[in-house]
This record gives sequence, C-alpha cells and structure tokens, in this order.
Amino acid sequence: MNVYAILAIYKFEMARTRRTLVQSIVAPVISTSLYFIVFGAAIGSRITEVEGVSYGAFIVPGLIMLNLLMHSISNASFAIYFPKFVGTVYEVLSAPVSTVEVVAGYVGAAATKSIILGMIILLTATFFIDIQIEHPIIMLLFVVLTSITFSLLGFILGIWADNFEKLSVVPSLIVTPLVFLGGSFYSTEMLPPFWQSVSLLNPVLYLVSGLRWSFYEIAEVNIIVSLASITAFMLLCFSLVVYMFTTGYKLRS
Amino acid sequence: MNAVTDPILTIRDLNKTYAGGFQALKNINLDINEGEIIALLGPNGAGKTTLISVICGIVQASSGSVQVAGFDIVKNYRKTRSMIGLVPQELTTDSFESVWSTVAFSRGLFGKSARPDHIEKVLKDLSLWEKKDDMIMTLSGGMKRRVLIAKALSHEPTVLFLDEPTAGVDVSLRKDMWNIVEELKAAGVTIILTTHYIEEAEEIADRVGVINNGQLILVEEKTKLMSKLGKKQVTLDLTESLTAIPSALCDYSLELSEDGNQLIYTFSTGGDRTGVTALLDDLKLANIHFRDLNTTQSSLEDIFVNLVEESS
Repeated sequence: MNVYAILAIYKFEMARTRRTLVQSIVAPVISTSLYFIVFGAAIGSRITEVEGVSYGAFIVPGLIMLNLLMHSISNASFAIYFPKFVGTVYEVLSAPVSTVEVVAGYVGAAATKSIILGMIILLTATFFIDIQIEHPIIMLLFVVLTSITFSLLGFILGIWADNFEKLSVVPSLIVTPLVFLGGSFYSTEMLPPFWQSVSLLNPVLYLVSGLRWSFYEIAEVNIIVSLASITAFMLLCFSLVVYMFTTGYKLRS
Repeated sequence: MNAVTDPILTIRDLNKTYAGGFQALKNINLDINEGEIIALLGPNGAGKTTLISVICGIVQASSGSVQVAGFDIVKNYRKTRSMIGLVPQELTTDSFESVWSTVAFSRGLFGKSARPDHIEKVLKDLSLWEKKDDMIMTLSGGMKRRVLIAKALSHEPTVLFLDEPTAGVDVSLRKDMWNIVEELKAAGVTIILTTHYIEEAEEIADRVGVINNGQLILVEEKTKLMSKLGKKQVTLDLTESLTAIPSALCDYSLELSEDGNQLIYTFSTGGDRTGVTALLDDLKLANIHFRDLNTTQSSLEDIFVNLVEESS
C-alpha cells in the first residue's frame, strides 16, 4: 500500500479547498441560510407542521442532502477533470499507485470536504431552528456514505467528461431536479397517489428519507432499504471507477 | 574480464496502435544499459514520446513487453514506476501550487517519505530555491521547465526520461541541466533523452537511437555511429579551372564545382584507408595543382538527416 501517495493526493486536494474557502464553505453556508430564511421563516411560518415536525426542521435533512450531493460531485469531478484538462494527470498515471490508492486520495478528500460542509450546514441550521437528532450515529453514517458515494460518482463524471459543459450537465440537469423532486422540501404524502408512486423511482428520495429518519424517525421508505440503496450505489460507483482505471477509459490512450 | 550486467531497460516487440488506427510504434526492440545516456532522435511524430509514455505507464501498449530492472511494467508496475522519473515535453504544471508543495507532492506520490533536505538540494541545483514559495503560474516558461525537472528528481529515480527537456529554454537552464545530467550519470542514473538539438545528443549521449515512422532505425554508440556513417570531405581550390574530371582520377569519388575551380573528394571516416594520399599523388601526376585545401566532417545532425531521409 502506497500510503505516502494517498496522503500526498489527500493533502493536495485539501490544500485546494483552503485556497478556495469562500467557494467551498462560505458560499454554501450563505445559500443554506437563505433557504432557511425563505423556506423556514417566510413560507414555513404559514405551514404548521409536516408529519409532526416544524417545517423549518423538516427541510434540514433535505438541505444537508442537497449540499452533500452537489458538492461531493463537483469536488471530486473537478479534482480529476482539472489535471486531465491541464495535462498534470500524467504524473498520477505514471506513479506507482493502484486504483484504490488514487480513489482513496481523491474521493477521500472530496468526501471529507462534503462531510465538513454537511456539519457546518447542520450547525448553521441550529441558529434558525431547534433541531433534535434521534439517531446521531445513523445520521453520521448516512452523511459519510452519501459523501463517499457521490464523490465516487463525481470522480466517474470527471473521468468521463471531456469538456466543462459535460462536467456541469450531471449536477445541474440530473442531480438538482432529483433532489428537489426527492422530498427534500416536502413530504411525498402531500402528493397525489400516482406521483407518490413515481417518487419512489427517484433514488434521492431514499437518501433524504433515510437522513430524515435519523433526525426525526419519520421516513417515506424503510431505513434499511435506504441504507441498502446507498451501499449498493456506492459499490456500483466504485466498480465503475475500478473498471475505468483498469481499462484506462479516457485516461490512458 | 568485465562482468556482463543485465540491461536496466528491455523492450521487446513493442507495438502501439492508437484507437484511430495510427500505428505509432512498430516492433520496437531495445536494450538500455544501466548508467548510460541514450539519446532518441527523430522528427516530430516519429514515436519518441509514445515510446516513453508506454514505458512510464501513461499509454497502454498494443503488444510486446517492457521490463525495468527485470520487472514487467504491467505486472510489477509499482516497482518499475517507482524507479522512473519523467520530465514531460509539455509544460504541464499545477498553476496555483507553490514550487515547494508541487515538488513535495511528487515525492509523496511516488511512495517516498518526506525528505526536505533532498528537495532543498534539487531546488538549489536547479536554481529554484529563491522561488520555492512562489506560485507556479507566476514563473516564466524556463522556470516551469525547471519545476518539472525538480518534480521528476524529487523521488530519486534510477531511470530518468527527459522528453525534449531543453525545448524553449535559455542557455542558463541548459547549462544547469546538463550539469545535473552529468551528476546523475556519475551517480549511476540511466538517462533516456529525446531532443531536437542534435548537438546536445552529440555532446552528452553515450548511444544514439534514431526513430522514424514508429520504427527504431538504428541504435549505436555515438562514436561508432559517427565513425561508421560519418563522412569527411576534402575541398581543393585549383590554380587552374577544369572543365571535367580527368579520366585518370575517375576511380575517386570526386565532384567538380560548377565553376570548375574546386575539386571535392568525399570519403568515409570509418574506412581503413582514406585515399587522400593516393589522390594527392595522382593529382600531381595529372599535373593538376591547387592553392588551398580544407576538410569538413559530417555532424551527427547530417547523419541523422540522411538516416531519416533514407528510411522515409
């Protein structure tokens, strides 16, 4: 195991975050605060409760999930796409590192950033509303699993993309709609039966539901199903990354 | 009796065809000895960079094998890659990193523990020490080239690839770099160099390989190559112009200049006898006199151009 390489990549990526602190941390905190002001205070004051929880508290897991997904994908995709774009990827490709070590460095750093961000958003939320976390370990597990999984997805995206447009297509045209339609800001029980069934096809629903269960023990789908889904998706993404590195897909000509 | 050592790099039947169908390498076979400097010469697109990229793991070979110190580059990639340092042709650097951090990153990436004293030495040798905290984007092209060299040397490689390392750099860097190359060679590092500056190959290489159209046309010790394929010319300024070469001299490889004032005799530097003495005697017998005489010898560049033209 080339531990020095993992640490080198990890530190390199974390240093990049320190250089872009405003973009990485401050911007998401401000946007989250705005969500709380608009949805929690302005609109939420007119909605009494959702499934026994105040509306402001209800949207917290959804907001955390939205940020985890978006930032995991963008951090990890940029981390591998940029070296490809400027050509510095030659060094990683010619280094004595295995796929697992490369992934541990890049995805580990991207996931760490997302986890820190998730915790900051949670902290920010406490300034606006009272929050209770019934199952903090499960909550943490969901945050970690989601961050790793979507960082892996971002890594795949970064390898696949050969221009900046492709890099932004998946987060903006696929993930954002899925998050907004995945019960982040509403309970699917508010929807007509047909759309409730359609919502079950949205994978993000399982993540939001699982995270919300860890907070308030309310869920659209069983917590075990949620955990199994995110684990299965993580394994699928990891397998794809291994395949890409083994075959050299869009990395080695 | 000298002990026969195994080559540090062994390339066998190596082929590379890119997805578009372009065959960049055609059945390359090459042994490179430990501690030597070998210069790979070839025109643009000849396959030099592809060959280096395959050995370093950046490009996948279509067929054939490469071994570094007896280890296969695919099966034992950890061993082989940790021995190799690469200075790429393109100035590909992390613009927003400092010189120190990017060099330290390279050392870690290649599985070496932190050794600030080594990095300090490398940076000082390359006149980069004063710039160690500067962001790479603020450096000139020549300085960026030095950074790439420092990155390649950061993990103390035993085999170093320099892909056009002096392209677009100033005299000072060239001098620094060739000093480092000399030091590395003295320390036993094997150096594989591609260059367009043939005089550099002529100056520092032990052996020269010529690649054209993906084929390794020849590999030869530089001195033997110069002797075998090098040519020398004797130009005689005649006191009286000639209209044709006299029949008595037709056995010699002679040319007459257009104005008839010069006789040019070309001979191989590798031959046992040059024939110059006999020519001078026969000129005297033919009553041809000359005012002056000068000689020129073909450079490695002339040899290279001839080889490439012949193979094309």
